[in-house]
Amino acid sequence: MNDTKLNTGIGELFMSPNADEMRGFLRNKKKQMKNKLTTVAEAIDTYVNDGDYLAIGGFGGVRIPTALIHEIIRKEKKNLGFAGHVSTHDCQLLSAGKSFNRCDAAYIVGLEARGLSKNSRRMFESGNVKVTEWSNGALSWRFKAAAMGLPYLPSRVMLGTDTFKHSAAKEVECPFTGQKLAALPALYPDVAILHVHRADVYGNCQIDGILVADDDIAKASKRVIVTTEKIISNEEIRREPGKTVIPYWCVDAVIEMPFGSYPGNMPGEYFSDEEHLKDWLVAEKDEMQLEEFVGHHILSSKDFYEYLEKNGGMNKMKQLMQAEHLY
Amino acid sequence: METTYNPMELMITVAARNLEDGAMVVVGTGVPVAAAMLAQMTQSPNLTIMFEAGGIAPLLPTMPISVGDSRTTHKGLKATSMAEIMELCQAGVVDYCFLGGAQIDKYGNLNSTMIGDDYNKPKTRFPGSGGANDLASLCWRTMVVTPQNQKRFANKVDFITTPGFIEGGTSRVEAGLPANTGPYKVITDIGVYGYQEESKAMMLLSLHPGKTLEDVKANAEFDIIIPENYETTVEPSAEELRILREKVDPSGVIIGRG
Repeated sequence: MNDTKLNTGIGELFMSPNADEMRGFLRNKKKQMKNKLTTVAEAIDTYVNDGDYLAIGGFGGVRIPTALIHEIIRKEKKNLGFAGHVSTHDCQLLSAGKSFNRCDAAYIVGLEARGLSKNSRRMFESGNVKVTEWSNGALSWRFKAAAMGLPYLPSRVMLGTDTFKHSAAKEVECPFTGQKLAALPALYPDVAILHVHRADVYGNCQIDGILVADDDIAKASKRVIVTTEKIISNEEIRREPGKTVIPYWCVDAVIEMPFGSYPGNMPGEYFSDEEHLKDWLVAEKDEMQLEEFVGHHILSSKDFYEYLEKNGGMNKMKQLMQAEHLY
Repeated sequence: METTYNPMELMITVAARNLEDGAMVVVGTGVPVAAAMLAQMTQSPNLTIMFEAGGIAPLLPTMPISVGDSRTTHKGLKATSMAEIMELCQAGVVDYCFLGGAQIDKYGNLNSTMIGDDYNKPKTRFPGSGGANDLASLCWRTMVVTPQNQKRFANKVDFITTPGFIEGGTSRVEAGLPANTGPYKVITDIGVYGYQEESKAMMLLSLHPGKTLEDVKANAEFDIIIPENYETTVEPSAEELRILREKVDPSGVIIGRG
C-alpha cells in the first residue's frame, strides 16, 4: 500500500477543522444555566450575521426550524454558507431568499419523492454558488468529528468517485492496517438553528423520533438557536435526564414556537402539509410568481403565526395533527 | 383481480423477490420502499427495513414521502441518527441497499449530481449523493431499480456520484472500498441484470416476458453482455399484484406511473 497514490479532493474547505480553535471558544463561552427565552426576531438579529456558516437541524421536510429560516429571509441575511445535509424545503427557502453563496452539498435542490425545486436549481445552476460535494454519511461524521473535539474522522465512503474528487476530503493510509480511508474534516458551523419537541428555558432539549444529526450539530456549532414546540419545566427535564439530547450549555437562545416546523412533519405531533409544499413547487416555475408567493407568505407576514394563519390556522393544524396520527 | 400488470408493477415485484426473509435493507422512497413493503407482506415477514435518516424496522402503514418522515418509525424498533445508520452499514451489518433510478454505466456507477461538462456551471443540477454514496460503498449488495433507455444507460456518466465497480475488474477494492461489496442487480422494465465475475461488466440475467434481446441492446449506450443462458422473468402472481395494489400502494402513487 505504501506506493499507492493518495488522492485529495479539489473542493473548497469552507470552515477550519481546527479543534483547538473550538476548544478555546468553548473555554470562554459563558456556561451559566440562565433563562434564554427570547423571540425569533431577536435571536436571528443577535446570533446570525451576514457571511456566517449555518447548520440546520432536522431532515429537509422533517423537524426543520421553519420559523427561524423565515426570519433569516425577512432580515435579508446574505452570503451565508450552509450544510446541505438533506436540505429540501430549507434549501428551497434559503434559495428563495438568495441567502447563501456557498454550500457543502450532500442533498440539495430536491424534495425527495415530491420532485425537484426549480428555484433551488436556478440558484445552483447560476454559477454564483460555491459548492463542495459530500455524502450524507460524510456530513454526519463531519459534525460528529467536531462534536468529539477532533479535526477529522476516517471513513470508508466516497472513495473512487467524483463525489470524493469534488469534496475537500483526503485519502489517508490507516496507520494500523495500511488500508486506504477517506479522512473527513470536522465541521464547526458558526451557528445552528434547530427545532425540538420540548425544551426548558435553559435550553435542555428533548426530541422524539429520529435525531438525524441534531445532537452532534448542537455540540459542533459555536452558537445554537432552538425553537421548541413546547417549553417544559426544569423539573420535568430532571425527572428523565436520559431524554436530554441537547444540554443547556450548547444553547444560546430558546423560543417557544408551536407548529414551528410547518409545513414540515413534526414526528408525533403533525404531518407535513403536502398541499402547501406542492404550491411552493408550482410557484417556483416562474420567478415573478415566486416573488409574489414569497412576498405574501413570508415577507409580508409580521411573524410565523401570521404565516400559519394564512395557511389555514388552527383548523389546518388540527388536520395535520390528525394526519400524523393516521385517524 | 386484473392480472395484467404494468412495467412498474413488474419491477417492484421482481425487486421484492430479491429481498429474502431475515435480511436487512436500507431503502429510499418510491420504488425501493414499495418493493421492501411487498417483500415484507409476502415471503419475508422478518425483513428489517431501515431508512438513512434514522428509522429502523418500522411496520410501514403507508408509503413514506420522505426517508425521514414519521412513517419511517411507525411501530419501529428504534429511531436513531443518520450517523448510526451509516455506521451500521460501515460495520457490515446491512445486506442490501436499494437505490432508485439515475444515470448508470456498465460498471454500475450512478450519477445523481449533475448533467453537463462543467462542474462549476452544471446544465442540470440534481440533489447529489444524499445517502446513496454511503450505502453503495458500505452495504454488501447494491440493487438498482430504474426504467431503461439510452439516456439512462450511459456509456459514461457525467459524474460518478455513487460507486459501482468504478472501472471494472478489481478497481473498486483498489479505490479503498470494502472487499466483497458492490452492485448486485439492476432491475429495469426490460430485464434483470447482474455483473460478470471477472470484468464486473453488466450482464443479462433474465428477460421480461414479451421483451427481446433487441430491446436490451436498443435501450443502452453500452454493450450489455448477453450470456448463452439467461432466464425469462417470472410474471407477478395474482397474489403479489393484489397485495401491491391493495396494501402497498392503494392510491397508486408509484404503480400509477405505469
